Amino acid sequence: MRSALGGGLGLRLELHFSAMQKTMDPYDAPESTPRQHPSCSLKEYFLAATPLQRRLESVRKQATSFVPTPPRRRIPQRSQLQEDVDPQKVAFLLHKQWTLYSLTPLYKFSYTNLKEYSRLLSAFITAEKQKGLAVEVGEDCNIKVVFSTLLGMKGTQSDPEAVLVQILSKPQLPSEDREAKALWTGWFCCVFGDGLLETVSEDFTCLPLFLANGAESNTAIIGTWFQKTFDCYFSPLAINAFNLSWMAAMWTACKMDRYVAATEFLWSVPCSPQSLDISYAIHPEDAKALWDSVHRTPGEVTQEEVDLFMDCLSSHFYRHFRIHLSATRLVRVSTSVASAHTDGKIKIICHKYLIGVLAYLTELAIFQIE
Amino acid sequence: MSVLRPLDKLPGLNTATVLLVGADDALLQQLADSMLKTDCASELRVHLARSLPLPSNVNRPRVDLLVFVINLHSKYSLQSVEKSLHHVDASFFLGKACFLATGAGRENLCSVHRNTVVRLAHTYRSPVLFCDLEVEGSRAAMAQRLARMLQISAGHVPGVSAMSLLSLLRSSESPSLEDL
Repeated sequence: MRSALGGGLGLRLELHFSAMQKTMDPYDAPESTPRQHPSCSLKEYFLAATPLQRRLESVRKQATSFVPTPPRRRIPQRSQLQEDVDPQKVAFLLHKQWTLYSLTPLYKFSYTNLKEYSRLLSAFITAEKQKGLAVEVGEDCNIKVVFSTLLGMKGTQSDPEAVLVQILSKPQLPSEDREAKALWTGWFCCVFGDGLLETVSEDFTCLPLFLANGAESNTAIIGTWFQKTFDCYFSPLAINAFNLSWMAAMWTACKMDRYVAATEFLWSVPCSPQSLDISYAIHPEDAKALWDSVHRTPGEVTQEEVDLFMDCLSSHFYRHFRIHLSATRLVRVSTSVASAHTDGKIKIICHKYLIGVLAYLTELAIFQIE
Repeated sequence: MSVLRPLDKLPGLNTATVLLVGADDALLQQLADSMLKTDCASELRVHLARSLPLPSNVNRPRVDLLVFVINLHSKYSLQSVEKSLHHVDASFFLGKACFLATGAGRENLCSVHRNTVVRLAHTYRSPVLFCDLEVEGSRAAMAQRLARMLQISAGHVPGVSAMSLLSLLRSSESPSLEDL
């Protein structure tokens, strides 16, 4: 539905609490960097400390701050290292639905052994797939695994390179000149993972975010191989309603030349016997106009702004339908930049903000690992 | 008008009354049942309310402890508690009020960040307690804790007052269990 803005949305919300916040919380200083990490000063004192000691110190430092973490302020990620990324090369990453997992650091993973890993993983997959078959299938494995690096999928220079794994189907007959079709694609990346990189020793490679597209059985097999070979652990990354509303606000804040999709939200109403779903679609330009009226400091997004943005949408909905959206659970957010589902599924549409989306997801993955 | 005040009525003999305020009826009912099951020397009375102000036509005893129950899975419960806070007299926040946040364990379902509740409690200088009211064991433990706090607030424990309990519960400079 097209929502009319201006006075109609009625910003008559409970700003009492946020006003009290400002007078009673003199501790929080505005952060303009993506992460305020305490361990940068500790490096001088603990040069010879083991990673465990460094980790313990950073946890202790965070715990002694009396005030709980200040209202989280983040910069809406605009293209930063985008100049290195060739849009053609990453086009295959867009418009695909990826399932998200978080991955603990990989032990003794080497970028020079990628061919070796391809060979080992192919053999492992073939063995797994042929398990349980009474008769050995005569033909050799008709799939091939390829490991490669994805250049440019990182935030800072210290982030490790992203790794792409693909299961390709080999053409059946050598005479056929068909291109190998990708049956399953998965990639590991780390975008702005400074928080994790500093606390981990040299033998480990940190690629906390894993995105998979393809059959679930293949994901499970590949996951098992990685866990056995590199002593790491996969866990599905779910995105809760709180983080989805942050994503909605950050992606609405992104400047777009052309909007390809409406801004859509999906809420799940808990009721018996079956849960209801409420879908709320807004024209993207209206959503941007609403965000601009809420947004104050350029380059920063604050918790209050996100709350106000979502509260405006809820109160508009309440005025029309008398349903409190705040009593329901936000399940899906879809904008022209990307769309995310609470089960950990993401689809990135705009290549300009690819790094920004990955940065936030990496942060969620790191938070889940820790 | 109908602002809740802590000392506007006379106390009952050996009775302590707690008022649970929260938007989730089912959770409040379960917590109330657990509290009534606890072993307590004083007679406990549990009143439930969805929001304040309370209707003034009912004859009710003096409220010794006010507990605001916020369900982290629902933003609505946070909003209704914030609205109710305006109808509470400031002297309640000298140890006779506390915040209870439920559902922090299940991260996937959280719509409200736990720090929001911590900051709200910090603004009102009151303790915040975390538990999972949907789990039997956690609920029973929290009910016992609240029953004890209620006894202290009602003045039934000699030597400890609501204010002294408040200063004991306030988190200090040393890292507390919650932050780790």
